[in-house]
Amino acid sequence: MNEHTHKQFDTELESIRTGVLAMGGLVETQLARAIAALEDNDTDGVDRIGADEQQINQMQMTIDQQCTQIIAKRQPTAIDLRMIMTITKIVNDLERVGDEVKKVAYKAAQVRGSDQLARIRCFDAVRAATSARDMLQLALDAFARVDAAAAAEVVDRDEEIDAAFAAIMRQLISYMMEDPRTITPALEIVFIAKSIERIGDHAKNIAEAVVQLVKGKDVRHASAEQIRAEVAGE
Amino acid sequence: MVFETMTRRPEAQTEALPPAAARMSIRHLDFFYGKFQGLKDINLDIADRRVTAFIGPSGCGKSTLLRTMNRMYSLYPGQRAVGDILFNGQNILAPGVDLNMLRAKVGMVFQKPTPFPMSIYDNIAFGVGLYESLPARQMEERVEWALTKAAMWDEAKDKLKQSGMALSGGQQQRLCIARAVAVQPEMLLLDEPTSALDPISTAKIEELITELKRDYTVAIVTHNMQQAARVSDYTAYMYLGELVEFGATDSIFLKPKRKETEDYITGRFG
Repeated sequence: MNEHTHKQFDTELESIRTGVLAMGGLVETQLARAIAALEDNDTDGVDRIGADEQQINQMQMTIDQQCTQIIAKRQPTAIDLRMIMTITKIVNDLERVGDEVKKVAYKAAQVRGSDQLARIRCFDAVRAATSARDMLQLALDAFARVDAAAAAEVVDRDEEIDAAFAAIMRQLISYMMEDPRTITPALEIVFIAKSIERIGDHAKNIAEAVVQLVKGKDVRHASAEQIRAEVAGE
Repeated sequence: MVFETMTRRPEAQTEALPPAAARMSIRHLDFFYGKFQGLKDINLDIADRRVTAFIGPSGCGKSTLLRTMNRMYSLYPGQRAVGDILFNGQNILAPGVDLNMLRAKVGMVFQKPTPFPMSIYDNIAFGVGLYESLPARQMEERVEWALTKAAMWDEAKDKLKQSGMALSGGQQQRLCIARAVAVQPEMLLLDEPTSALDPISTAKIEELITELKRDYTVAIVTHNMQQAARVSDYTAYMYLGELVEFGATDSIFLKPKRKETEDYITGRFG
């Protein structure tokens, strides 16, 4: 992309994009900490998640403010306008991922050290959470590279997480039916799994926003197949 | 309060424009200033009762194109157009076209307001008198009608005998639009009509353009891209005498097809 005649406009846009990527990096780190908490009862990470979540909220507000200002001052059009609109959507999703990550980490701390069931089910949740982290990473990479094809792959992968969530639910339900004493820890795992599934959805939203950024077409309610076709078409 | 309170309605009120027929069709148009070719193989349709905007850097040929639409260039020796411009089934570039009648049907408003050094009333009545001989009563009605169309009547009705030159720049420009409208044209060509005006006068003219397209086909040349985005239904981007991209304004300003267009409208041009 060529530079703007107004160099300051480039600087402002670049600063917003860098802010989004920094925010995304922080959210990814948070998610990695939450996964560690699920995996091996790492408590240090959980404490930091609370503190960093505040910073994520602050970043969301700062970037939104910068976007509002750039619209007011520069009246962006075409790719610049699509970039700004995409960013306001992405920071929303990132902030929500931050919230879900916090829930996962706190619930993980609660089920920590409880009975064998929780430990076993946490293992499945870790797998799903790792997929969600990969999706988020890919979605943010697609945004950084303005790459619609990479974004379309992320949308495809959301089904993996939905399937993992359904599998965890099925198993937990059979445990709960067999032994009502497992209900309390099982419900904690349900909340964790639901949060992970939501993180996957947010990663998918980010990927869809990237497709709209590149292609100028709103694909939010399109099927994965339609999105692939849109991305493949010139 | 900036926004009025709104009542919720069961369904959204959207006023979708029905597809428009072409009022003017330009085919394989080349234009020459002596040996220099100012326009190269231009092809496009100007939609009936819509606003079509022409944007592009200085010297891209947008004003030249506008000046072919009512043969304004014919006033200058050494300038010639080759190709077809079909208007009401007639090629207006053909020899033997009645240029006075053409310019009555295709009115033009220029960048700088050009009121005649006469009263507001006469500014309008003068042009009408060239084409029609109306009795005084009907002429008065026509002047009022034209000033009303140009959103000038309320400001001008008590000073019709005052000089048009005494009006503010924005009022003068609306007087010129009233003058163009008074001869009941089918099409209006606006050549950067607000570039010499302050923001409020500009807003009034833009509002007026939206009103005018109910009855007229409007073609506007503007350096102000946001103005093109605000007032037009279709936008043409021109560069070095060629039509680079032409399409619905909504898509041109959101996702143009050509990279050159995108670079220009986002301010990445040279």
